[in-house]
Amino acid sequence: MKIAVVQFPGSNCDQDCLHALTNGLQVNADYVWHKETSLNGIDGVVLPGGFSYGDYLRCGAIARFSPIMKSILQAAQYGMPVIGICNGFQILCEAGLLPGALLRNQSLNFVCRQVSLRVESCETPFTWEVPAGKILRMPVAHGEGAFFADAETIVRIEANKQVVFRYVDKAAQATEQANPNGSIHNIAGICNEARNVVGMMPHPDRAWDKKLGSEDGKFLFASMVHTVESLVR
Amino acid sequence: MREGNFRLSDDVNSLMVIALMKVRVVVMPKQSVLDPQGVAVRNAVEDAGLETIKSVRVGKILELEFSTPPDEAKLKQICGDLLSNPVIEDYTKESIAEA
Amino acid sequence: MAAEVTAEVIEDHGLTPEEYGRIRTILGREPNFTELGIFSVMWSEHCSYKNTRLELKKFPTTGSKVLVKAGEENAGVIDIGDGWAVAFKMESHNHPSAVEPFQGAATGVGGIIRDIFTMGARPVFSLNSLRFGPIHGETPAARNNRSLFAGVVSGISHYSNCIGIPTIGGEIYFDESYNGNPLVNVFCLGVLRHEQIARGAAKGVGNPVFYVGSETGRDGLAGASFASRDLTKKSKKDRPAVQIGDPFKEKLLLEACLELLALGCVAGIQDMGAAGLTCSTCETASRGGTGVQIELALVPMREKGMTPYEILLSESQERMLIIVHRGQEAKVKEIFEKWDLLYALVGEVTDDGMMRVLHHGKIEVEIPADKLANDAPVYEREVKAIPVPAKIRIDELPPVDVRTSLLQLLAHPTIASKNWVYHQYDHTVRAGTVVPPGSDAAVFYVREADKFLAATSDCNGIYCKLDPREGARIAVAEAARNLVCSGATPIAVTDNLNFGNPYRPENFWQLREAVEGLAEACRKFSTPVTGGNVSLYNQNPAGAIDPTPIVGMVGIIEKERWITRQSFQDCGDAIFLLGPVGHEIGATHFLKEIYGRKEGLPPRLDFELELAVESLASQAIRKGLIKSAHDCSEGGLAVALAESCISGETLVGATIHFPKTAGRIDLVLFNETQSRLVISVGAENIAEFEQLCEASSIIFSRIGQVGGTELVIEVGNETISWSVDELYDSWYCSIQRAMANH
Repeated sequence: MKIAVVQFPGSNCDQDCLHALTNGLQVNADYVWHKETSLNGIDGVVLPGGFSYGDYLRCGAIARFSPIMKSILQAAQYGMPVIGICNGFQILCEAGLLPGALLRNQSLNFVCRQVSLRVESCETPFTWEVPAGKILRMPVAHGEGAFFADAETIVRIEANKQVVFRYVDKAAQATEQANPNGSIHNIAGICNEARNVVGMMPHPDRAWDKKLGSEDGKFLFASMVHTVESLVR
Repeated sequence: MREGNFRLSDDVNSLMVIALMKVRVVVMPKQSVLDPQGVAVRNAVEDAGLETIKSVRVGKILELEFSTPPDEAKLKQICGDLLSNPVIEDYTKESIAEA
Repeated sequence: MAAEVTAEVIEDHGLTPEEYGRIRTILGREPNFTELGIFSVMWSEHCSYKNTRLELKKFPTTGSKVLVKAGEENAGVIDIGDGWAVAFKMESHNHPSAVEPFQGAATGVGGIIRDIFTMGARPVFSLNSLRFGPIHGETPAARNNRSLFAGVVSGISHYSNCIGIPTIGGEIYFDESYNGNPLVNVFCLGVLRHEQIARGAAKGVGNPVFYVGSETGRDGLAGASFASRDLTKKSKKDRPAVQIGDPFKEKLLLEACLELLALGCVAGIQDMGAAGLTCSTCETASRGGTGVQIELALVPMREKGMTPYEILLSESQERMLIIVHRGQEAKVKEIFEKWDLLYALVGEVTDDGMMRVLHHGKIEVEIPADKLANDAPVYEREVKAIPVPAKIRIDELPPVDVRTSLLQLLAHPTIASKNWVYHQYDHTVRAGTVVPPGSDAAVFYVREADKFLAATSDCNGIYCKLDPREGARIAVAEAARNLVCSGATPIAVTDNLNFGNPYRPENFWQLREAVEGLAEACRKFSTPVTGGNVSLYNQNPAGAIDPTPIVGMVGIIEKERWITRQSFQDCGDAIFLLGPVGHEIGATHFLKEIYGRKEGLPPRLDFELELAVESLASQAIRKGLIKSAHDCSEGGLAVALAESCISGETLVGATIHFPKTAGRIDLVLFNETQSRLVISVGAENIAEFEQLCEASSIIFSRIGQVGGTELVIEVGNETISWSVDELYDSWYCSIQRAMANH
């Protein structure tokens, strides 16, 4: 069993993601360079955060045309668990693997702070191990994280329970103050209809140990790893 | 300065055809998308003295220069897929005649 | 075709007739125009430190942990144990930031990051020390300051966030003396194994010399000369001297260089910073004891028709010079191509000690590399002492409303929370930030080495203006104190000296005093100086900035459980003051902000007391007796107590009592006597803690208890109280409010 962390030119959370997997969970994981054309031997994919291609044109707009993306699209169609974190989420939206798009933060400023997340759906490979009712704490750090989709799409993804994470306050309420970037409906992360592809703006890769302020990110990576293990068997 | 010119020559050895074509693509956020940058600029314009300003929307212009005229269908596809994100943006394109 | 070298040209290049004479002696002939430009930049203050070298020699630079000393390479390297080391340095980009704050600050960050990975280290975190004029009010100066502040923070944020290096701490001061002369000092630290230390030397005769990175354009032409002149209205039109940074390109460069170094292909590596291709060529040759020959026609160029002068002096960003072991060229090209980096084979290492530059095969420049790099003149500047002011006694000052004074001080941007700033910095990337911005020192977990590092930067410009020697000593002491409060042992220092025009004797006296104070303190704290930067000419027609010798200090925290924060934790915890109640009111923020007086003798530093207090705090931390530790600095004890109440995750109050004999209430609250710590201790540890204190020789007192929703301070029968909410509001929201509509 092996999990791939994709590296694009300009990815800068690839090392963090790999470390969370290999050290945090002792899982077999390695980098895959964006120019590769096959995912042979890979059972799960992580698209890490960063500024792929400098965020030129639009965040993730150029990365989505990287050679590896063809293989990822195919694998996702076959149900492989794929998670996109921050820039990874932006790439998945640009690639059409997830609906909607990420816009510039409403404040127009980059924002780095701790957020609280309510898990809206436990039925994804990344969230089924999160204890019921647990509010997750982890950091966001982005300039373009405001989730947007047209009204019809929003209605659909809410009805389908495709919203996976929502920004909430300490009392688990989705208030305006809890929303760091102006995302519609405080949406912090979503999944596709088949529920195997998840995109999220907050960074579970930066919440893998108590000394960093939170180890809640572990739940997501552990869920992924255990899902993959059971699929591989 | 770059120029587009066509020069046909009877002499095959010195055949030189320099055809340049420029396309200007304007990408704007869709009307339904909140444009906080536009709001900020609108307020700045008003503060700077043009009080009758109603709204500002901020987009981008891409100038593409081709050595031979591009395939129209491919160009459309690239405009709607790479150069703009149809979920949040609209685009217009026009060829620019060169003097 | 080539321009002629006339007396006017020589002067325009900032060279004196004597310096020109020296050049002729070195060359044995007249220099041509290009060679003149080269000398002018290499011998500018910025590159050669000609006016400050004699002073900088006074710093202690050696120690058992020093692996690469100050002055040897682009950054110093310090051993941190188990075969691991850190490379760190601080640098300034003041003048470019005054003219174009966003790009000035961004390229400053780019420059220091390159200095770190050039050493073979992976950069893991940054700090920055910034100075601006006041940002409140509607005067043109205030508006300009807000614009500079926002631009600089944006620029640092843009570059650091994109390249993925967290900005985890630092400090920002606001004072009139920085009006029009902002200071932007950036610090970066990288991690490496001992055997990975890379050198900027052109070793191996016949080895190929590669250029990699961005194309060369006309950016920043003679930027080094630009930094060596005062800022005037005229310099606004020097805008072309400001470079545009590309953090994405630098990220690619960083990864490619680290991969190349890991493969062992590299004989020498140097970034092209100030004086671009010129500096990197002659310095690598000089360090290697060799020569370097390059052909300019092979240099990738962004503009058409660039002259040799322009190519050699361009300061286009994100470019590296790499000397490769002959035979390894293919491996090197493979890596450059993997990262889609532009590269060119531009020359080779020779054995004749010359920097030789060809342009289309014709020799343009031929200068002995060693003499160019190392034989810049060294000057001893004139000094004129400024008398140190007299002490100020509290009874000279009419009493004021102490209650509103604390709120005013907490709202002063120098003291107020900097959250408006650090929420714009990605301070969590690299998943290592243990104590984020907002505390006395930042603490970072270096996962590669399984070690905790602490870092801080400090300098109180008011102290330095009124008594530069003492101010500099205190800058070092405060940095050490901050590190100790976080649980660390200080190990080394980098400095950034920011001063005015060195040709004014009073300014140079300040510089000399500051250097000597810094040097003395670094010896006492056993923190050698690993390198740093000097920025002079920080002045404009209105005058010079306050002398600002900024100290960046790094420490190691041996065990995770020693990591200590500055905020009070639990109701019932006892609060202690280590050190005296204090009585020094001169040069304090209280005196400046409440009375409008930037005067008086600054507090005195007693090294023995300071070391004893730090040692006691360390011992108590290691025994697990301390819940929080915070030093008293700007704003004195009252600010330290307030911050301890309001800077944690939840706000918590405290009740503090002093006997009447302690002094007048405003003196007790706002004096800035040094070497004092506010410590909180759990009830179960009080007895053991008191025993530890008694065994030391330090004055200490138990002054109160954590609890409630107010900060209550009694001195004798006088009681003042503030709700923690109003303290928080003044402190947390002040800068946000000032910048709301900037």
